[in-house]
Amino acid sequence: MGLPNASGDLSTEVEVDAFRRLFPLRFFEKHLLESIRPDARPLGRARDTTIALGAVASANGSALAKIGSTTMLAAIKMEVMAPSIEIPDEGCIAIDFHMPPICSPIVRPGRPAEAAPVVAKQLSDTILSSGMINLKELSLVSGKAAWMAYLDIYCLDADGALFDAALLAAVAAFSHLEIPVVSLNDDGKIVLSEEQGLSDREPVNKEKRKVNLGSIPFSLTCILHKNYILADPTAEEESIMETSVTVVLDSSSQLVSLYKPGGAVLAYTSAIQDCIALTRQRVKELQKILEEAISGMEVD
Amino acid sequence: MEVDREDGRSQNQLRPLACSRSILHRAHGSASWSQGDTKVLAAVYGPRAGTKKNENPEKACIEVIWKPKTGQIGKLEKEYEMILKRTLQSICILTVNPNTTTSVMIQVVNDDGALLPSAINAACMALVDAGIPMRHLAVAICCCVARSGLVILDPTKLEEQKMKAFAYLVFPNSVHSVLPKGPPSVQGEPIENGIITSFTHGTMSVDDYFYCLERGRAASTKLSDFLRRNLQQQPTNSSKAG
Repeated sequence: MGLPNASGDLSTEVEVDAFRRLFPLRFFEKHLLESIRPDARPLGRARDTTIALGAVASANGSALAKIGSTTMLAAIKMEVMAPSIEIPDEGCIAIDFHMPPICSPIVRPGRPAEAAPVVAKQLSDTILSSGMINLKELSLVSGKAAWMAYLDIYCLDADGALFDAALLAAVAAFSHLEIPVVSLNDDGKIVLSEEQGLSDREPVNKEKRKVNLGSIPFSLTCILHKNYILADPTAEEESIMETSVTVVLDSSSQLVSLYKPGGAVLAYTSAIQDCIALTRQRVKELQKILEEAISGMEVD
Repeated sequence: MEVDREDGRSQNQLRPLACSRSILHRAHGSASWSQGDTKVLAAVYGPRAGTKKNENPEKACIEVIWKPKTGQIGKLEKEYEMILKRTLQSICILTVNPNTTTSVMIQVVNDDGALLPSAINAACMALVDAGIPMRHLAVAICCCVARSGLVILDPTKLEEQKMKAFAYLVFPNSVHSVLPKGPPSVQGEPIENGIITSFTHGTMSVDDYFYCLERGRAASTKLSDFLRRNLQQQPTNSSKAG
């Protein structure tokens, strides 16, 4: 039989699309030899990224992030709750990541995606350990009331690099977040004040304020295949070449996470240094895109 | 720079290791691995016929089920299952038994720090006990970075929680080559320097991470020697599968 022979004979006769489906690895390797990928990107370049803030009007903070075709919608709702007894002056953030069936043909209502709880946990770890949000800022009345921020991220289109897009959407949603005004009513309970200037209620916080963000984490996923490093893979690339490395750096170049979950290709020091260098470049790009999106909102 | 560790170990010292294989009689392969007080039990059933729906039938499939000591299965367990599955997929030779499923069950007996590395070591030994064909072994180690930049190996749970960051690293085992020209190397580095898996938690500088890698590699050589001695002493009973 001899598969290599078969593809050698067919490659001159078969159409490009059929060759792509029948021999995906050979199709990609032919491109990698020319240092390019099927969508004409050079190996180290990420796809076009856009951020739209305020996508969900009813949420306290929201953002829609797109990296290539991968689309993530993040929304934050704030609720007042009693803080825990051990840490009475800190609020809380609950992060959840959903992959509804709309995002990919592999996900069906009865068959949830395997990647969803893993990405949710990764996001939660990254955001909480990066020190972006100081939980003490979310406190209202020490020991009695504090903010609970529910961050929900929905994947609307899963085309590779899910963690990168989800992290970007989460960070953008936090930068858009405005904490609502609340006041203490007669029963000692916190209520949302709709208008200001009610005589018998003293607002706990004077005006809607934005959260102060510490060092913001940005990430880049790279695929290792033989000696090549491909930045920002699409879903097709991820399914063919399975070894991926996700590097999360924050704006002060500290390493928040270096995640390589197994994979046939071993990562040597030089490969890791290359991935970190690519991530540093990407952090600068993403910082610029985020700043443009924020200043675009403020102009409105 | 000396550091005071509660159990009196030096910064590079590992806890006492203990490993026994073939402890479960009905499983095709089993191993119990303990590092200090952390103890994990691994059992391997397989290869069994058929693969799951989304998996490639031209290769063998590995399925991991992680059972915590107490509590319900949540996102943490799912994440550990995925990391373990992908690590084991990269060390097993998947083309030998296509269209089969090998199940690896991990039961946490006690968690006192470095849980995931212990589980990876236990799973690897259980796979050897079951006779699953592998390219090389996976040797897992946990490195913690203190606020001062000091790296300590094999932390206990208290140490893991106090430190600013930790990294779980998995390397292939060290090679004792019988070839006269020495072991093969890739890009000028020996094969055992490559990382199979890396999982970090907490913020550290890039230099701290590379320092962890160095320490991890040195420790993995010691662990590889332990595995080699253990495997040579206790020959596997090969009459279990099927």
